[in-house]
Amino acid sequence: MTAPARGTTLAGIAIRTPYWVFTGAIALVFLFPLLWTGVASVSPQPGTNQVDGWGFGNYETLAGYQAGIGRYLANSAFVSLLTVALTLAVSLLGGYAFARFRFPGKDLLFLATLAILMVPYATLLIPLYVLLNRVGLANSLVGVALVTTMFQLPFSVFMMRVSFESVPRELDEAAMVDGCSTFTTLWRVLLPAVRPGMITVGLFAFLTAWNDFIAPLILINDSSRITLPLAIANLRSQVQGVVDYGATEAGVVILALPCIVLFLLLQRHYVRGFMSGAFKG
Amino acid sequence: MSLDVPTRPPSTPPAPPAAPRRRGRRALSGWLYATPTAVFVVALFVAPLGLVLVMSAARWPLLSGFRGWNFPDNYAKAVDNRFFLDSVVFTVKYTVLATVLLIGLGLGLALLVQESTRWKGLLRTSILVPSALGLASASLLFYVLYSPLAGPLSPLMAELGATFLGTPNAALWSTLFLIVWRYAGFYMLLMLVGLQGIPVEVYEAARMDGASRWQLFRHVTLPLLRPTLALTTVLCVTGSLLAFEQFYILTKGGPDNSTISVVQLVYSVAFQGQNDLGVAAALSVLVLGALVLVNVLQLRAFRRPEEGT
Repeated sequence: MTAPARGTTLAGIAIRTPYWVFTGAIALVFLFPLLWTGVASVSPQPGTNQVDGWGFGNYETLAGYQAGIGRYLANSAFVSLLTVALTLAVSLLGGYAFARFRFPGKDLLFLATLAILMVPYATLLIPLYVLLNRVGLANSLVGVALVTTMFQLPFSVFMMRVSFESVPRELDEAAMVDGCSTFTTLWRVLLPAVRPGMITVGLFAFLTAWNDFIAPLILINDSSRITLPLAIANLRSQVQGVVDYGATEAGVVILALPCIVLFLLLQRHYVRGFMSGAFKG
Repeated sequence: MSLDVPTRPPSTPPAPPAAPRRRGRRALSGWLYATPTAVFVVALFVAPLGLVLVMSAARWPLLSGFRGWNFPDNYAKAVDNRFFLDSVVFTVKYTVLATVLLIGLGLGLALLVQESTRWKGLLRTSILVPSALGLASASLLFYVLYSPLAGPLSPLMAELGATFLGTPNAALWSTLFLIVWRYAGFYMLLMLVGLQGIPVEVYEAARMDGASRWQLFRHVTLPLLRPTLALTTVLCVTGSLLAFEQFYILTKGGPDNSTISVVQLVYSVAFQGQNDLGVAAALSVLVLGALVLVNVLQLRAFRRPEEGT
């Protein structure tokens, strides 16, 4: 909101300096913790596996931790990809149904889906723990993915409904006239039009599932089936009460890196997803 | 993300006039496409919601399941828990502080980076990057950052004799800093969306009338941003009341059990020690009730002035 003092006159620079310092400091506050953790994870530090010189000792500790980092990475990847696939499938079909069809119970179902937002995580996870035990999904990564998908539905179904509604109806009517069934219309004609919405929904589902902590904490007991965030959090308290800060830093890097890369790659979609109106009051 | 905020509901365009039979078939396909959603909502949301009510009125140890009705014992035990009152007070205090900070800073940052210049784009990205991290990862990151042994500020801490997590107040503010770091970008983004929705003409008209910058903000931006402010406040209050990871990982409820949030209490009653799912369910139902109440009150508060006009 500072008036742009254009030109490179000395006075212009002098006026702008406080602004540069101020905004630069803000950027630094947000970036410093991330940069510091990245650097610290490979720098020498007493009490870690990287005492002398720079290197990847902390990552080696992590690789050998209990079932091995590979196992936890695989668990997390499985849950995340299954959640993304389920969320995309359910919300694509659901969004289509809510945007383009009239059927009895439509408003009730839509409201029920949105109501998921109003219910605390913990309130649902305790009975879900009991229910999943009952149907043989105790201690199962599939169970975690199902639960995570359910928690993603309010946002995803709403987002896809809005995406479909912003596509002109003439498009499907033309396809129908050409003899397409409702499904071919969806697959051939509408899918390309709602792709930005799907990228946003998929990105959010991935980030949520990859980072989720409470659902696996409650639903998984078996230490070889836990996901990465849980493994890294457990890591701290394992070594006879002494916290291995180096390995924790390395763990945070491994957790954060895919998210940050994905975010930077898809930032436009992420922002556009919001701008497209899902959140407009 | 709550959508009960004063918003125009996504309207269904009127269906083209069609023969009743065709309409019936379309309704059937509609249901078919909605079935996966319905299955998820019923099996994983409505059913557990019913079960939690049942559990809250029954003896239900973690390992053995249903052991007969005992309403209202679980509720009495939940309220009598020695951490109940403290955790409620703490959670409310945390929620108020977090909401004021995040809404204020979110709006401030949005105003700061609103125009699209290259530098502001960069600034926007740096503020947004932490929101890609999970709350658990962010909490672990700050756990190391705040550590008196390994943190970058440890020499300074040693000199001052202060710690980030040593006293109840320090732990609360350190957690708030973590939350602001993680979520400020998200709220900034929501505010930017809201600001974008305000037509430029309104500002121009006000400026023509000689409004100062402060007057513009106070009498144009704020009123027109009301729906966004309502949405963000509801989101932030709901999220903060349900805080868990930041306290479970960063402060572990300490020091001296001063930072136990309500959800953390539910978790510890259910899975750490007492293993009493009945009492945990009763606590969860209380949390749910409180949350619904708080949200209804908030929506009323945000709606009223609009109905007056």
